[in-house]
Amino acid sequence: MSTATVVLSNTQIQRSPGDTARVYLKEAKYEFLKNLRLRMYTASVLSFPIMFYVLFGLVLNAKEAIGGTGVPTYLIATYGTFGVIGASLFGTAAGLASDRGLGWLQVKRASPMPPFAYFVAKVITSMIFSTFIVLALFALGIGFGGVRMPLGEFAKLLGTLAAGSLPFSAMGLALGYFTGPNSAPATINLIYLPMSFCSGLWVPFMFLPKIVRQIALALPPYHLSQLALGIVGAGRHESSVTHWEVLAAFTMICLGVARIGFQRDQEKMYG
Amino acid sequence: MLATIERTRPAETATSNLVVASLEGVNKNYGSVKALRSVDFRVRAGELVALLGPNGAGKTTAVKLLLGLLQPNSGRVRVFGGDPTNPENRMKTGAMLQVGRVPETLRVREHIDLFSSYYQKPMALAEVVAAAGLEKLQDRKFGDLSGGQKQRVLFALSICGDPDMLFLDEPTVGLDVESRRMLWDEIRRMVGRGKTVLLTTHYLQEADALADRVAVINQGEIVAQGTPAEIKAKTAGKRIRCITNLSMSVLRRIPGVSDVKEDREAVELHMIEAESVLRELLSMDDGLSGLEVTSAGLEEAFLALTQDTGTNGNPQN
Repeated sequence: MSTATVVLSNTQIQRSPGDTARVYLKEAKYEFLKNLRLRMYTASVLSFPIMFYVLFGLVLNAKEAIGGTGVPTYLIATYGTFGVIGASLFGTAAGLASDRGLGWLQVKRASPMPPFAYFVAKVITSMIFSTFIVLALFALGIGFGGVRMPLGEFAKLLGTLAAGSLPFSAMGLALGYFTGPNSAPATINLIYLPMSFCSGLWVPFMFLPKIVRQIALALPPYHLSQLALGIVGAGRHESSVTHWEVLAAFTMICLGVARIGFQRDQEKMYG
Repeated sequence: MLATIERTRPAETATSNLVVASLEGVNKNYGSVKALRSVDFRVRAGELVALLGPNGAGKTTAVKLLLGLLQPNSGRVRVFGGDPTNPENRMKTGAMLQVGRVPETLRVREHIDLFSSYYQKPMALAEVVAAAGLEKLQDRKFGDLSGGQKQRVLFALSICGDPDMLFLDEPTVGLDVESRRMLWDEIRRMVGRGKTVLLTTHYLQEADALADRVAVINQGEIVAQGTPAEIKAKTAGKRIRCITNLSMSVLRRIPGVSDVKEDREAVELHMIEAESVLRELLSMDDGLSGLEVTSAGLEEAFLALTQDTGTNGNPQN
């Protein structure tokens, strides 16, 4: 256990800040390219939220409104949240579980790679894909759903959802440490899909049964979606500080769990 | 056959006394399984040492300990005089491990580019690619490569940082003869440039062809260490096969006999010098038949070393 701390604490000793930045950048660049070329990732992570949005936001319901907000706008917030969570969970957990379980992470750990670079690359990549998804929803909404909003609002929504990638990337890291290479995708779905449903990402929150609405309050996606909905004037007018606090606390818990997994791995053998 | 392989380099010239990597009294357990048992093992600067043993002998565990990927239960692991997890040491080492899955959507060139960026003075991409014989495969995605080609990429990643010490865990497993020879040449070239190499293998031929020194490991214990010639001398010798009425216990008492095995209707005896044993055998059993005398190669030496050497005379296979 103590070794892990030692490894982490003296990683920066000999690289110049410029070199360190270069390593982090390369790690992120290749992580991004790796996922971009991985059809399993792009197909499921990008296409599902976009497909749902096109179907429920543009083909059906396009002229309707929920509490004064047009459905195409409302659904950018909820399917945006849905997409961000998927991109983040799959972007971190699936790769980590596979790298860990099938020996690749050991090759990296045996090299002088700064250990954090590996994780940071995954988080950055998840964030980039999250941004892509939200931008795609915007493009569709503006082009085909008559979505109009001030530039500031647009930037705020995009920023909030991109930042929302962080707690779920952290959750992905925790999951990646406690699932195997084969079980990771199924496990992610088992958590991701029910959690999204219960948080009102598929069916607008007020249409959910009361019991589900009560459960939702404990689910991080609910809090992210409420932040996003708040920006487009469709939130439930709860304090956004509370939402941020819940997400921040959730992030810390997940990072704590991931750290336990990281330390456990130092002493375990794979492959 | 194995003994005739030409050695490209005298063992003594490149070695010095500086210990680069060592396991000192190391024990490593996985739960109740003892993977390594009080292992003492040293690699000196400029040496090419082969850790030779059957599957599951503890070779990979030894390598992972030296790479700081595992911690010993007791004993000391030293690399360049320090802890193997020390990042400064990692700058000076390169590792080739057995990997179940490498990210498949990255190109060969990209994998090398990324790993090179981890090191302070990496080799030029062209040099790495040439050394690993990947010139024509640079732009291929890793997932599109054959098993042998993948192995060469992993080798490329281990040398791209131009490290002083290379750890190669079963580097040639799954390679065809030509690729294996090419990798051998490349490994020799690394040693020629003053690098230190530890490789594990279960190919005797490989250890014999490459190594200055061989450590034979079995069931977590180093059972023999020395030059390939010494290893052979230690157990090699002659083998007598015959059909006889003499009991196993009688055979085992014949002076000079180191091992006796039943082999279908016949028995097989191992000894250093066959002549005295033959005289004894023939005088004890008039009806002895099917006599064959052969010299044991490294293969036999290896088997003799790695089989259960306990007194129950019941070799494990």
